[in-house]
Amino acid sequence: MRRTSWQEYQKDIADDKYYYARSCIRQNFFPGSEKAFLDIMHNDLGIDIFDDPLHTSCTGIGYHSDIVPLETIMTVVARQFSLMADAGYEHFISSCITSFGIYNEILSTWEEFPETEERTRRYLKEATGRELVKPRSIAHTSDIMFHHRHAIARKAKRQLRNAFTGEPLRVVEHIGCHYAKIFPKSGIGGSEFPYVLAGMIEAWGGEVVDYPERRHCCGFGFRNYLVQANRGYSIANSHKKLESMAPYRPDFIVANCPGCAMFLDKWQYAIAEMEGTVYGADGHGIPVLTYEEMAGLVLGYDPWELGMQMHQVDVEPLLDKMGIEYDREAKYLGKNGKYIGKPDIAAVNCEEARSIYEIKR
Amino acid sequence: MEDVRFEEGLKSCMNCGVCTAVCPAAEFYNYDPRQIVTIVQTRDEAEIERLLRSDTIWYCGECMSCRPRCPRGNTPAYVIQALRTLSQRTGLFVESEKGRQQLALKRTIGDNILRTGYCIVPRSVRPDLHPEQGPIWQWIVDNDTELYARFSDVYGKEGAGALRRVDDKTMDEIHRIFEVSGGKAFYDNIEKHSERKAREMGYDGADEEYMMATYTTNSDNHYEI
Repeated sequence: MRRTSWQEYQKDIADDKYYYARSCIRQNFFPGSEKAFLDIMHNDLGIDIFDDPLHTSCTGIGYHSDIVPLETIMTVVARQFSLMADAGYEHFISSCITSFGIYNEILSTWEEFPETEERTRRYLKEATGRELVKPRSIAHTSDIMFHHRHAIARKAKRQLRNAFTGEPLRVVEHIGCHYAKIFPKSGIGGSEFPYVLAGMIEAWGGEVVDYPERRHCCGFGFRNYLVQANRGYSIANSHKKLESMAPYRPDFIVANCPGCAMFLDKWQYAIAEMEGTVYGADGHGIPVLTYEEMAGLVLGYDPWELGMQMHQVDVEPLLDKMGIEYDREAKYLGKNGKYIGKPDIAAVNCEEARSIYEIKR
Repeated sequence: MEDVRFEEGLKSCMNCGVCTAVCPAAEFYNYDPRQIVTIVQTRDEAEIERLLRSDTIWYCGECMSCRPRCPRGNTPAYVIQALRTLSQRTGLFVESEKGRQQLALKRTIGDNILRTGYCIVPRSVRPDLHPEQGPIWQWIVDNDTELYARFSDVYGKEGAGALRRVDDKTMDEIHRIFEVSGGKAFYDNIEKHSERKAREMGYDGADEEYMMATYTTNSDNHYEI
């Protein structure tokens, strides 16, 4: 009998009127992606989305590094929800996977252990004078992009196809552990049937590549990256994924979680410098995109306006495959075209770098 | 100690080991979450105290891969989170190399939160401490004001946008939340026990030198089978 259990992992997503919470990692490493998300929602789709200057970090990296106690993060989260209500919104959307997991965990804990909700209300009132109002829905920003994927497809300027052969691009997707491993039914497809990114890839003309370690962690591991002595854990897990996907010759990787996107990009650099191994079929790295960048390219946004120059692995081979016209010389310019120098070249880049290793291309 | 994560994370473990099979930390370290859950389930206080003093509870990456796969609906990573909280409240975290790293995490991520309202900001990811971030990150940090201005009108300033400066009233609220909910006391406790341990180890207290030692020391004794 054909298995249909994936059908249990669907969720209701609001159509409009979102309260947007930024991500510590995404705004640091992919500020162009957060901008693109807001621009796509607001300018391309005409959706009401509120970018509140009053919210803070949810403190999730501190919580998962075990220095921020549960009672404290619950109260910080309660403050975010209270701000949402003050602004007149009910649908809370988060740009961070770990925050998304935490919001779901906290709402569920309040449900199951009502005394923790009472305590949080008390702390919030005492600390800030605010009242907790729970959201009607919680979504990750990729859920929202998934929800509107067909509307984006209708406005697409390009497809996820090789412009020369017409073949679909081969895409590895990575949904990130905290998207659906904490609360599988809060993620589209859960953790076993990952579909949130796959749905976008298919709607925009690409082909999803399945591979053995598709569900394995990128290797962030919080303290296992944040503390220098522990980083072997982090690179070893990214290495395991990269080794597993490389034989399938993906054109690019797209990640749901801002941390995963950053690690799969930066650890490719470190592996190339340490061992001389590169994973891209063209002899360079495999470009790693955020889903906002992927949507932005489909909608015709300029890659440097999307912030793709902030990746360590060059994205030009992908842009060329898609037939995208871009200004190679404008890549590393500052605001208003100011020249601010260029980064040094590394083994994963397209220009030749000096290396003590013979790069295995 | 009361911690809902003990209750939510551990109902009745049958020791099948699926959590260990899927665990990224178990592949990398000499680490077996099944065994930890077994020890906690026995309620053997001497054994639990041994865990609180050990490196073992600090190997988990809190990816939560164990949670959806457990046939009994347990979450070994929640049990780990509760044990780590207990190890810090009792001061036993300073008795292990990996546990002592909590000071570095408090002084980086923890202090960032109370200073900026974010867990990280670009200048807190120092290229000299993060060589894996590559030449691109060095270039970004060297040109941060010019570069982030391409994507945000409020880099380091108040208003809506990426990496805006969090206003003073909001920061006051965050500080008050940390005071009222115990976050500040938790930080202070990490400092207090680190200070004691640093002196015991021959440092002049939990100064920069001690903190950097916790951040960089790897005895390489974590991997044998």
